[in-house]
Amino acid sequence: MKVTPTETAGQRLGRTTRRRAAESVVRVLIYAAGLLSIVILLAIAVFLFVEARRSIAEVGLGTMLTGTKWFPTGTPKIFGFLPLIIGSLMVTGVALVVFVPVGIGAAVYISEFSAGWLKEVTKTVIEFMAAVPSVVYGFLGVAVLIPWVKTAFGLTSGMTALTGGLVLGVMSLPTVISISEDALHAVPDALRQGSLALGNTRWQTAYKVVVPSASSGIFAGVMLGLGRAIGETMAVLMLTGNAAVIPTNIFESVRTMTGTIAAEMGEVVFGGLHYSVLFSVGLVLFGITFVINLAADLVLERQRKRWRR
Amino acid sequence: MVMSAVLEEVAMEAPFSGTGRSRTYAEGAEEISGSFSLTDVSVAYGNETVIAGVDMLVPSRAVTALIGPSGCGKSTLLRCFNRMNDEIGNVRVGGTITLDGLDIYQKSIDPVDLRMRVGQVFQRPNPFPMSIYDNVAFGPRTQGIRKREELDAIIEDALRDAALWEEVQNHLKKHAFELSGGQQQRLCIARALATRPEVLLMDEPASALDPISTQQIEDTIAELKDRVTIVIVTHNMQQAARISDQTAFMLRESMDQPAHLVEVGDTKRMFTNPNDKRTESYITGRFG
Ligand SMILES: Nc1ncnc2c1ncn2[C@@H]1O[C@H](COP(=O)(O)OP(=O)(O)OP(=O)(O)O)[C@@H](O)[C@H]1O
Ligand SMILES: [Mg+2]
Repeated sequence: MKVTPTETAGQRLGRTTRRRAAESVVRVLIYAAGLLSIVILLAIAVFLFVEARRSIAEVGLGTMLTGTKWFPTGTPKIFGFLPLIIGSLMVTGVALVVFVPVGIGAAVYISEFSAGWLKEVTKTVIEFMAAVPSVVYGFLGVAVLIPWVKTAFGLTSGMTALTGGLVLGVMSLPTVISISEDALHAVPDALRQGSLALGNTRWQTAYKVVVPSASSGIFAGVMLGLGRAIGETMAVLMLTGNAAVIPTNIFESVRTMTGTIAAEMGEVVFGGLHYSVLFSVGLVLFGITFVINLAADLVLERQRKRWRR
Repeated sequence: MVMSAVLEEVAMEAPFSGTGRSRTYAEGAEEISGSFSLTDVSVAYGNETVIAGVDMLVPSRAVTALIGPSGCGKSTLLRCFNRMNDEIGNVRVGGTITLDGLDIYQKSIDPVDLRMRVGQVFQRPNPFPMSIYDNVAFGPRTQGIRKREELDAIIEDALRDAALWEEVQNHLKKHAFELSGGQQQRLCIARALATRPEVLLMDEPASALDPISTQQIEDTIAELKDRVTIVIVTHNMQQAARISDQTAFMLRESMDQPAHLVEVGDTKRMFTNPNDKRTESYITGRFG
């Protein structure tokens, strides 16, 4: 809008009012977008719950959650989730042991110790790792890791929780690395300078000042990596052997919640009991990821409060 | 230059050693140390030489002020004293800089050890995101001091020296970010003092602060100078005149040539009777 010298006070006022109106439209749109994501989340939960209702009524949520056996097609049918839940947790645990040290280490290396073309190459490679489809990771695991695990640990089968967990760990690395690296990058250079000027080496500076200063971002990266690992389906399906038995150690075959849903959904009667039970598994999975995210948010919020002081 | 000859001699007597870590400030002639001698010092960023031909002495236990127009290389020169330029890529330092007679750029010198002897306070307060106590204990812990009582004593000393003790003695566990800007800067001074350096470099330490905090920092400098050599960069002529014993005036006369030292000398003399026309113009505010 052109401002002319003949513009009256009233016209100017009108302009301000119009700008306010435009602002409030934008604000409403932003709220709507935020609201929409909550609505979608709720819709997923409701949808899962509706489909799972039959199994909750006929088998009982408690029975499913505490059941130690999974025989969905046997007589009688047994729907105990513990083998699947423990399977998922075990595979995720192995992945965590891989991606926490490797991921944080790589992020620290990229952010604090590499420079120039090496830094660019590393970052590009990591971005590329994120773009590789999970089925390809599965293939690699089948071709390389399964035989290796079998011979290295003297097992009868290389399809174990360890195998799946290792590959999941690698798959989660790009998430952990890029988010941690962002957090490290955001630490003001003045802090590094301050530490170096006190006679700390670059390495001491990294672990005593930079990493603690970026801890909340690194934590967020680890949580997202965890979410990625627990929700991953294809690779674990190909690598863990899928035995639905409560595992006692990581050298046994396991079946995860995601793997179960993916493998069995195609074979069940639509609307039948088994079908409904699989939705209950989905509901549990949904609950677990929700709790992880909530916990992460709470920790981050507490950190943020500490920083704001 | 009688004084410089004396200084050179004193400087020769005190060899550099990395073992002076738990040294306390001591009085008496034999401990006089912390004097720099610069010979034909130049600095280049990549292909661009920004400083050349700097010859000067930084006397022990006195305040030396570096003044000059913005961009003339004061911060760059200051970073030569603790080799912080090493941390910036593509910087070359030429000439010779000795600390108490020892060439600090020679191969056998680890800049990490040097920085424990030559502390630095930056333009903006940069406390670490941790408690007041941990901030001050940071350097001593790097030096391997772990005993609680020992740390407590060092921290109290350093905070007293930085004129912050009275305000924080009952809140040592408080997060450093809860302090005001001026308090944070004094915390950074305490943090630098806690490693018991012989030299303290200050790059416009009060430029981000209010007048009262500035006054407190200046008082602190006055208190410290009989124990620590201080080199301070400042844009404030009154401040240089008030707090320094020696003043060095740098100037980059055109962008095609590097900055050089126009004049170094006793502060009183320089502010009352400068040798060089350019110094006079700068001090009286005619340029820069
Ligand atoms: N990291 C760097 N890389 C390249 N050139 C630099 C770098 N730091 C400083 N310079 C250049 O060196 C010259 C001196 O900079 P310096 O920061 O030392 O000046 P200064 O006297 O401290 O200025 P001010 O008073 O504004 O702080 C400037 O021309 C600047 O552009
Ligand atoms: Mg500067």
